[in-house]
Amino acid sequence: MQKICIQREDFDPQAEADALTAGRTDVGAVVTFTGLCRDEGGVLAILELEHYPGMAEKELERIAQEARSRWPVQGVVLLHRFGKIAPGERIVMVAVSALHRSEAFCAAEFLMDFLKTNAPFWKRQHLGDGTSGGWVEAKSADDAAAERWTT
Amino acid sequence: MKAVYFAWVRERVGKADEEIAPPDSVVTVGDLLAWLGQQGEEYEHAFGNAKVIRVAIDQTHVKHDTPISGAREIAFFPPMTGG
Repeated sequence: MQKICIQREDFDPQAEADALTAGRTDVGAVVTFTGLCRDEGGVLAILELEHYPGMAEKELERIAQEARSRWPVQGVVLLHRFGKIAPGERIVMVAVSALHRSEAFCAAEFLMDFLKTNAPFWKRQHLGDGTSGGWVEAKSADDAAAERWTT
Repeated sequence: MKAVYFAWVRERVGKADEEIAPPDSVVTVGDLLAWLGQQGEEYEHAFGNAKVIRVAIDQTHVKHDTPISGAREIAFFPPMTGG
């Protein structure tokens, strides 16, 4: 089972996770991660997410294939929203099902690390005082997180 | 070939996409970034610090030493900040 979706609308993490086990009795572990929009200490009003339509889907497919080549996972869910997102709302979800917890944890973390550095999405902040907080800068910590899987 | 721009590259260039026709001397992605940077003030602003720009050819990430021959769509954008 594999579901990759880039959408404007919100999603239901429990329903997405349940779909990984529906009608199956061979799944031993489901790991889910949900990324939320922070208010950054109360100053953020809206986060605006731009993406590269077409490539964003392809890149998530490539990242999912890479995870499957590294760990024997059963199912993968990758969901990412675009457009305007308010503090407290969901942005991204990764879910992995597998026979055992270890490969599910590893694959989920790998998927999230590579999604952050390789999937063509960009965040721009709009602040509560009506000004633009500008484009969010990429963090070297995110590069380092992805890099550790290559060594 | 079609050039597409995202995030602050798009804002600085002032358009989301356009047809470009670089000269034959432009062989690699790096050559193309340098050439684009010379196409006017807004391009200089967008591509002046070329080493930070990420590039995708036909929707696949490429490095700056990749040849551009055969590219149909070439995208330019800042480091990604999704997730």
